[in-house]
Amino acid sequence: MAKIVVDVMLKPEILDPQGNAVASALPRLGFTFATSVRQGKRFEIEVVGEPTAAQLAEVEKAAEVLLSNPVIENFVVRVEK
Amino acid sequence: MRVGVITFPGTLDDRDAARAVVVGGAEAVSLWHGDADLKSVDAVVLPGGFSYGDYLRCGAISRFAPVMQLVIEAANKGMPVLGICNGFQVLCESHLLPGALTRNSDLHFLCRDQEIEIVNNQTAWTNSFKQGEQIVIPLKNGEGSFQCDDQTLAMLEGEGRVIARYVGENPNGSRNLIAGITNAKGNVVGLMPHPEHAINELTGPSAQGLGFFTSILNAMVK
Repeated sequence: MAKIVVDVMLKPEILDPQGNAVASALPRLGFTFATSVRQGKRFEIEVVGEPTAAQLAEVEKAAEVLLSNPVIENFVVRVEK
Repeated sequence: MRVGVITFPGTLDDRDAARAVVVGGAEAVSLWHGDADLKSVDAVVLPGGFSYGDYLRCGAISRFAPVMQLVIEAANKGMPVLGICNGFQVLCESHLLPGALTRNSDLHFLCRDQEIEIVNNQTAWTNSFKQGEQIVIPLKNGEGSFQCDDQTLAMLEGEGRVIARYVGENPNGSRNLIAGITNAKGNVVGLMPHPEHAINELTGPSAQGLGFFTSILNAMVK
């Protein structure tokens, strides 16, 4: 069944202490690939049947009002099979 | 003069806030998050804690509580509202105040006595203080870093809407050491540290927090 996924990330200019903590933990464990880590949230939303354009528009609205805080966060809505 | 103190599920500091209201000289009126009635209060305090478990974002769920719809409407008409700590977060999420509170820059939950400077004593909640007065009140939060974009910061500074700043080292990464701000009218104030825990030297680091609760009486008399 398809899911509507909303990814919420802090805006690039907003300090992300959690992402920084992860970035500094990685090399301590021998993982040296990362130059930067940002941590965000992922919402998985299920609807009956395939998501319609109207439902996606509603989710966009909900993401702006509730799921994200537009002052500090950006979001992306997409459908995942 | 009746000052409402709102309790959300997960609010911690409502009793101390109510006591501070009483010691300040007003009548404290308990309001419940599900209330659809402000019980004829003249002002409202949103106390600290972890409303709705801080789920989603601090204050994000509380903003939609039934009582908050009335608070937002009344605040826009000029009713004095003070949000402390989690209450400040609720006010930002409600768009009554600009900006947002994010995780402390060092990720630690802070709990300590903090010196702050009152840099705007013209609001409904700060008029008992002298301009530039330095006071010591508890600071206790995990998400107290005040953030906003450059334009908003310039607007807050340009309009004198920063009401309090941290003195000394920045405790949590807040921009421009901001500990508290107000709205354009000066009736809505958000403050990260806790004046309600500093109204008596027996139980707090000072009694200097009381000024926030005596200010509201002055504001009403004016």
